Amino acid sequence: MSETSYMLMVIATVALATFATRALPFVFFNSREPPELLSTIEKNLPPMILLLLLIYCLKDVQWFQPPYGAPEIFTIVSVTALHVWKRNAMLSIFAGTGLYMLLIQFDVLSFLFG
Amino acid sequence: MNHESEKLFLSALRTTLPVFFGYIPLGIAFGFLLAGAGYHWIYALVMSIFIYTGAGQFIAVALLAAGAQLMDFVTVTLLINLRHSFYGLSLLDKFSGVGKVKPYLIFALTDETYALLTTTRVPEGASKARFYFYISALDHLYWIVGSVLGAVLGSMLRLNLEGLTFVLAALFVVLTIEQYYASRTRFPFMAAIGAGVISLMLFSPENMLLFSIVIGTLILMVHEKITKRGHADLPDTEIYPKEEK
Repeated sequence: MSETSYMLMVIATVALATFATRALPFVFFNSREPPELLSTIEKNLPPMILLLLLIYCLKDVQWFQPPYGAPEIFTIVSVTALHVWKRNAMLSIFAGTGLYMLLIQFDVLSFLFG
Repeated sequence: MNHESEKLFLSALRTTLPVFFGYIPLGIAFGFLLAGAGYHWIYALVMSIFIYTGAGQFIAVALLAAGAQLMDFVTVTLLINLRHSFYGLSLLDKFSGVGKVKPYLIFALTDETYALLTTTRVPEGASKARFYFYISALDHLYWIVGSVLGAVLGSMLRLNLEGLTFVLAALFVVLTIEQYYASRTRFPFMAAIGAGVISLMLFSPENMLLFSIVIGTLILMVHEKITKRGHADLPDTEIYPKEEK
């Protein structure tokens, strides 16, 4: 198999496998009703998954060595406070990201761990 | 485009702006990786158009570099992306009646697009199908542009973008808070913290998301079963829609 056709096979395979995971529930529950238990937790899934996605963003944080996740925690607390206060999504997101970039690029919190 | 759909498009554009700032650097990083592994930028374009998944594409490059078998690509991709099946479960209702864009919406259901679709309200009087399509297609476009940019520029670009991808974490913070205000029960958040902390401790970083979603869903189901049994003689309050504020 040539390099190009191997590559195209791989791309097609990964594309199909990815689409399968996304389409599975729609195909499965296309012609039948989802079980009652599932439909009751259905609306509790988005809040849970969103918070899990946030926790997932912290998966590579080294909690037990400096800076002990301080830039991440500090940024998340700031974004939360700003958002509860102003309720302006764009402001909260971009001010928070700018803050985080400052904190890590200039190692601002390093004084805490002298 | 007429005036109405132009307004709707701009609204979708504003909604997806944080994803733009997340997907462009992430896409660039993917492009760098693929170019670094010796592949032409055209593959970045093809992969990002047809595969369109963040972690999955990064891992595909790693498997390519290792010369893996096709079966390995299937297994790894299914495991990495199985979480998407849970996303669809909570969108069965939302996606019913969106018409011919439905297959595309399902195809383009990434973490970030899921987050936006489940939290953003469709503007008053606008078409849900159109709005969802704009959001999904814009996010897709950002990913494509970012990855091609990264593959073309290779390591020529020397911008210090360190930390920019935290924009996605900030997006999830804001969307979680919005869900908190909109949700009548606090239990999903407690379930998430429990499942998240357990998974952080027990599983490797690349596996934790799927496992945490599975554990969290189980917690929700058990909780639902227990509270249901406890209130078997009471009318089911769940069937009365909450007053919208």
